[in-house]
Amino acid sequence: MADYQQMWTDLGMDLEKHDVLCEVLPEAFGGVYLTQQNRPKGMDFYDFVVSEIHGVRPAEMIQHQKEGGKVFGTFCVYVPDEVVFAAGGIAAGLCGGSQFWVSGGEKVLPANTCPLIKASVGARLDKTCPFFLIPDMYVGETTCDGKKKAWEILAGEVPFHIIDIPQMKRDRDIAAFEAEIKDFIAVVEKVTGNKITAESLGEAIKLINNKRRALQRVYNARKASPVPISGKDALLVTQINFYDDPARAAEMANNLADELEQRINSGSGVFPDNALRIMISGTPMAIPNWKLHHIVESLGAAVVVEESCTGTRYFENLVDESATTLDGQIRALAERYMKTNCACFTPNTARIDDIVRLADEYKVDGIIDTNLQFCNIYSTESYQVKQALTERNQPIMHIETDYSEQDFEQLRTRVEAFLEMLRK
Amino acid sequence: MVVIGVDIGSVATKGILISDGVQHKTIFPTGWSPRDASDAVIAQLLHQSGIEGQRVTRIFGTGYGRVAFDQADKTVTEIKCHARGIAELLPEVRTIIDIGGQDSKVIRIGERGQVVDFSMNDKCAAGTGRFLQVMATALGLDVSELGAAEDPAQRLPISSMCTVFAESEIIGLMAKGNPKGGIVAGLHQSVGKRVAAMAKRLGIKEPIAFTGGVAINQGVKRALEEELGAPVMVSEACQYTGALGAALLALENV
Ligand code: SF4
Ligand code: SF4
Repeated sequence: MADYQQMWTDLGMDLEKHDVLCEVLPEAFGGVYLTQQNRPKGMDFYDFVVSEIHGVRPAEMIQHQKEGGKVFGTFCVYVPDEVVFAAGGIAAGLCGGSQFWVSGGEKVLPANTCPLIKASVGARLDKTCPFFLIPDMYVGETTCDGKKKAWEILAGEVPFHIIDIPQMKRDRDIAAFEAEIKDFIAVVEKVTGNKITAESLGEAIKLINNKRRALQRVYNARKASPVPISGKDALLVTQINFYDDPARAAEMANNLADELEQRINSGSGVFPDNALRIMISGTPMAIPNWKLHHIVESLGAAVVVEESCTGTRYFENLVDESATTLDGQIRALAERYMKTNCACFTPNTARIDDIVRLADEYKVDGIIDTNLQFCNIYSTESYQVKQALTERNQPIMHIETDYSEQDFEQLRTRVEAFLEMLRK
Repeated sequence: MVVIGVDIGSVATKGILISDGVQHKTIFPTGWSPRDASDAVIAQLLHQSGIEGQRVTRIFGTGYGRVAFDQADKTVTEIKCHARGIAELLPEVRTIIDIGGQDSKVIRIGERGQVVDFSMNDKCAAGTGRFLQVMATALGLDVSELGAAEDPAQRLPISSMCTVFAESEIIGLMAKGNPKGGIVAGLHQSVGKRVAAMAKRLGIKEPIAFTGGVAINQGVKRALEEELGAPVMVSEACQYTGALGAALLALENV
């Protein structure tokens, strides 16, 4: 890794603690990723990003700030990145995915908080992640209760704006979200000092849509059998897209998709064509959480799709690009974001429809519906997900887990038994 | 044909050798090394049956220690092995409740002994043999004495599901001079309640079999029946269900 010590010192990071993280991450990544056979060449870029995870992109963000630009940290796929980029800012998804940060979060949060929230709060308070220290502003949202209350703690650390996300999807809720986007535009304009115009917002909509289209291409390739890319690799691509520069993210994902399409044409894949095809649905898997994918794929089955915020929920829907006025664009944004189906909404039957449709499109043999420990909304919804899929004779298993390694063996047994059941 | 099935549990390692339809079984404590325990089990089975090692066609391993079991030709999960084992011991059974040292499972099986659906406890130890082990130690008993020590008539409710809280709860109950038999009955009830809830969530189909090391404990059996509102069968060979399943799968080579 290049030398980023000075940059980290300037950010006020706890270097000693951070060194511990820098030591374990390459080993974990090597064990999970670099042991895979026949990986697409297009993954080299993502491997490089991981090898410089706390260096290369943070350095770009800091450079942007030196040039007068602003950086916004976000935690949810309901936050419209388009607004930030339209004002010349950078938006970066921050969610913490490592057990390393959990204890820092536990110092201030109740034990029965989900690990994603604990890790996100811990990464900031412990000052062991540059991404959490760089932003000029955090953008929170009113989704689950755990996050809402965590924002109140983080707001003592950094300027904070909260977007009120509706909990239902009636017309008036979509209209309310439209109003929220307008408020968000005003906040972003104030922080960046740049006015958002129909022209700049239109460009930003295209920019982010292009990234979504590129990811859709990568995911479409996973519908093939044999599957040309592992689930672990596809997950990594999505995870990195949360904070990479959107134009580069689209370019890299398009390059990868080109390669995957060639692989499909030549019939080459990373799993035998009779390998079991698994969908993982549920809560997001923030980088470096690769636990469940690693378990499934080391047992010889392929993860072919994720119905998750680090999966289809991130890029499935596009914003209508035809509007030419700010009002029209804002309406289009509101409509697009309200198509995303997260368990924080009620009712949320559209999510079940999504799972059913994806199971069909990706020809999956079984579904692992999963949620992070203490995520009340997804764990409650798992009951209905299971009912609906069982009715359709689609095998499904529910797994609740966290970031620790403690339950690794037990999970492996459960997943293995599920795969045995699918093989019959 | 000679085949061996070995079930390496967290507490005990069980083995079954089948030679032309005749079964030989043995059990060893797993101790610190699942590998040593499985080696010992195989050596003992060969000794007991008088069969030479070269005559063994296949060895299948199961249980939590199966990953470390290098003598195995194949490893299979305990879920599949329990289903196969029960199909042999109690063929009419449609639901298996298995409580082992580290985990508890509910397995629904079809007519040919195939797994239809299953569920397993999440991370926490409540409702497992481990829970009873910790509580037995706190009560100054050996875990094998729990079954006989309970007094259902004096049963005291244990409200904590969490192992850590339950331990301090029973220490408190003892300090107040409550009868041990009543506390033990309460603990059994707590395990029964927890596992029955898991079974109901998955959906139970009778008849029900109770397997795993904890099935020897009459108190847990009683509590389970009460909580499920249905009888549960315990085979004499309940501890060997997984090993038997592994041996049969080795015989069928699936
Ligand atoms: S799971 Fe829901 S709350 Fe969490 S990031 Fe996704 S949309 Fe937002
Ligand atoms: S996983 Fe669940 S509890 Fe955790 S942040 Fe997301 S919605 Fe909230």
